[in-house]
Amino acid sequence: MRKTYRFTCIICPLGCSVEVEVEDGKVLEVRGHTCPRGKEWAVQEVISPKRVVMTVIPVENGALPTVSVKTSEPVPKEKIPELMRFLAGIKVKAPVNIGDVVAEWNGVKIVATRGA
Amino acid sequence: MKTKVAVIGAGISGASIARVLSRYENLEVHLIEKAPDVGWGVSKANTALIHGGYDDDPDKYPTRAKLCIRGNRLWHRWVKELQIAHVWNGALIVALKDEDFDELERLLERGRRNGVPEMRIVEGDELFHLEPGLTREAIGALWVPIVGQIAPIPAVIALVENAVANGVKTHLETEVRGIKVENGEVKGVKTNNGFIEADVIINAAGLYADEIARMAGIDYFEIHPRKGEYWIFDDDVPGPRRVLFPTPTPVSKGIVVTTEVSGHLMIGPNAQDLPPEEKDNLATTKEGLEGVWEGAKKLWPQLPPRSKVIRTFAGLRPEPTGGDFIIKAEEEVWGFINVAGIRSPGLTSAPAIAYEVAEMIQRDLGIKLVAKSNWNPYRREITHFFMLPPEKANELVKKNPAYGKIVCRCNSVSEGDILEAIERMKFIGVKTPSVDSVKFRTKATTGTCQGSFCRPRIVQLLAKEYGVEPWKVTLKGRGSEIGIGDVKALLRGDEA
Amino acid sequence: MMKPFPEVPMLSYDVVVIGGGPAGMASAIKAKELGLKVLLLDENDYLGGILPQCIHPGFGIHYFKEELTGPEFASRLAKRLVELGVEYRTSARVLEIRNYSDLEKFVLFTSPAGIYGVWAKAIIYAAGARERHAFEIGIVGDRVSGIYTAGEAQTLMDIYGVLPGKGIVIVGSGDVGLIMARRFSLEGAKVKAVIELMPYPGGLARNVMILRDFNIPLYLSHKVVEVRGKGRVERVKVVKVDKNLKEIPGSEFWIEADTLVISAGLVPAVKKLKKIGVEIDPATAGPVVNDRLETSVPGIFVAGNSLVINDLVDYVAEQGELAAEGAKEFIENSGTESRKWIKVERGENVRLVVPHYLSGERDVYLYLRVLKPMEDVELRIPEIGKRLKLLVVKPAEMIRLKLKAEEIRNAEKLTVEVTGA
Repeated sequence: MRKTYRFTCIICPLGCSVEVEVEDGKVLEVRGHTCPRGKEWAVQEVISPKRVVMTVIPVENGALPTVSVKTSEPVPKEKIPELMRFLAGIKVKAPVNIGDVVAEWNGVKIVATRGA
Repeated sequence: MKTKVAVIGAGISGASIARVLSRYENLEVHLIEKAPDVGWGVSKANTALIHGGYDDDPDKYPTRAKLCIRGNRLWHRWVKELQIAHVWNGALIVALKDEDFDELERLLERGRRNGVPEMRIVEGDELFHLEPGLTREAIGALWVPIVGQIAPIPAVIALVENAVANGVKTHLETEVRGIKVENGEVKGVKTNNGFIEADVIINAAGLYADEIARMAGIDYFEIHPRKGEYWIFDDDVPGPRRVLFPTPTPVSKGIVVTTEVSGHLMIGPNAQDLPPEEKDNLATTKEGLEGVWEGAKKLWPQLPPRSKVIRTFAGLRPEPTGGDFIIKAEEEVWGFINVAGIRSPGLTSAPAIAYEVAEMIQRDLGIKLVAKSNWNPYRREITHFFMLPPEKANELVKKNPAYGKIVCRCNSVSEGDILEAIERMKFIGVKTPSVDSVKFRTKATTGTCQGSFCRPRIVQLLAKEYGVEPWKVTLKGRGSEIGIGDVKALLRGDEA
Repeated sequence: MMKPFPEVPMLSYDVVVIGGGPAGMASAIKAKELGLKVLLLDENDYLGGILPQCIHPGFGIHYFKEELTGPEFASRLAKRLVELGVEYRTSARVLEIRNYSDLEKFVLFTSPAGIYGVWAKAIIYAAGARERHAFEIGIVGDRVSGIYTAGEAQTLMDIYGVLPGKGIVIVGSGDVGLIMARRFSLEGAKVKAVIELMPYPGGLARNVMILRDFNIPLYLSHKVVEVRGKGRVERVKVVKVDKNLKEIPGSEFWIEADTLVISAGLVPAVKKLKKIGVEIDPATAGPVVNDRLETSVPGIFVAGNSLVINDLVDYVAEQGELAAEGAKEFIENSGTESRKWIKVERGENVRLVVPHYLSGERDVYLYLRVLKPMEDVELRIPEIGKRLKLLVVKPAEMIRLKLKAEEIRNAEKLTVEVTGA
């Protein structure tokens, strides 16, 4: 089945309207992009979109009740709900330093972005 | 044995009554309120005026006419004893057309009959000297110097604090479900928190006074809610020096333009009669608010752009059958005193109503009241950082650093102010922590940003002082919690 | 020198920076590097302004050449600030600013350590912005729990760990609103709709993509007009608007929700500047400034969201540095001088542009926003024959344009316009 995906490229402020034509999981054509990075991004968006995930987790005895964290690398979009459920079970104790790895999930590091 | 008195309703009437009755040795006074804090009913949302007493026709509404001027005089003393924010700035009832003067003359005459001092008609330069920002269409006004403004909820809080300090017991979040009457005498009130024995019951239940009366078998009056809507503007918008009224119509005193006690231009109210079952309909409406805007513009043409609006709100006035206050020791149910239909000028009349009730207890119920020797008429207002000169504030900060830390940036409310407010909440028996309780005591969240910066911090302080989780802190009582759980509550599947 | 509050202890600095967010920190760092004696005041318990709660990535690509989250960006600046030994006070709220003369500024502030007066030769004002709230945008109905500005919801969730609600309607498709749509969705809440008054989305493209990621309906040309509920929000009324943003009768519908998040734009927090007579540009709602970011009151500089609402923190930090350079020059020369001021005016399809006056003696960045989105346009400044082709312009995306001193030196005024090519 042929399918056309349309979206606004987010690589730079130009915001090109990119179209990606796909058949049976294979990219047939990319249109509307202005640069190779945009094309690469658009293909990735269609084949296997990934996102950096951010959240807060509770911290005991910290100056604030939570510490913010992010994944050290983008994770596949469809895995995000599973990751969030995993993160819902995590608690840490102060002190936490910015950059500390507070957990690991399927090889992805969960890194503190705020100290506590 | 002390006589047990149950006052139903901790609004301005009930609180005033509780305070006045707290003077007597032989009374045990219980103040019963269904809301989590005091003053959250009719007293909360009104024009906050201490009226002059010229408006109420002594032939049609003798009780209003008598108590309004008396209340005005009493408030002059009470605001000092209780340190209630106030301003005595006088009112102008403005004439825009020649016919209006006929009505102003009638008001002047009525005011004189009611005993209102110092009223007169002003015109020309004197009028605009009294109110430079008034519409140039104005051709004259009735000048009533004794009119003033107070902060109504802080007034209720002050009264209740003083009453509690003098031995009154409060029962908050306590809803009256029935009145026990035996052999034509009251015995007590049934509530969601159990039975409260009482020899005398005072029904000051505001909008619900008819329902409470019916519980005692008294059904000769009904209370209808009448909605009034208001706009409040940012404190850098110039407002009038005086309270500005249009010339009244037979229906209403009209849309008032004031600078309320904390310095904000306020306009309103309109008057919309609601069906009796809508006693909790406090929703603002677009049509209503637009009407208020148009009305206010006639007196105060320089209304600011809409971006200067910081709040709109609505209040309900309890309109009784017949229109006059119903203040009466009911003969068929001994010990039951109605203080019902306390519509405008109820705030003004409250102190006079309270003395009237004390008088009824003596006169109609034959209970001789014995004054306490150690009754304390004074109550100290909480610290307001923004009112202190820096030198004074510094002394305070040296003793307690919390006073140096600002939580509400728009109104310069310090953490110390808020902690004091929380202590006072506990003092009068507030059980459910709510942001509104702090707001009405400190003015936090009422400024330009309407609390978007400080509300989360107030929630933290309330949570800590009340020992609850922050999401359980409420905006204004149960059912208005700030959150539904901790940030992971839904993901864990144990949503609150 | 006079002593306005005899009992209050006095401090003395070259420059006081008001606000410890990215603009303030960048500016205090720069001022220190330039050899000024500087004091930074911030009212929060921690440095960083709003950044510590902006836990998403997307910060610092220009300024640090690296993509960071908000707290990380803040912590880098804070680290540098501490390394340099910049004096700063947190939980310190400015109560009053007075301008006695060009080199005699006075700032009164309170803190848990006491109330202090500060004398300074210059002030850099970087106190950020505030959010527009529900009353300001005319929403009527019940005053209930469950109505939050986006920033308040963000503070509750990402600082204090409180989940505000589970069925969310967001007013405004600006960046903060969209970012909160993602945060709510990630934490398991259902974002039922994003309601946008304009016929186009208000946020950066990378944030608009959040809607697709989480299947969130976007209603363009709609507004929320009413909230109903008992205690808590139960439903919100939405109405469609026409081209002139007028409500279309009969188009109303209700969405059930327990939470209404208002993301209806930011307003520079400049009340204290207005009080000392600083001239305000109605287009930006911030001060009118020259190319040192100096306001109409000599020696009072402004940067970041107090100057103009930015969408990139990188530009905010850049403005902070520029203001510090201005303060340095002002203090050294006892004033900011220029043989003339070239006025920058808004032309066709330009909603705002800062700075407002250029000296023509230095290179300068213009920051501007367009009124409406357009494609294949030219940014023109006819007076100097400047033309720049742009493929796309959007109100959501600030345009930053560098002008060289030699280009503008001889101009009397500049009109910036963005029109079809």
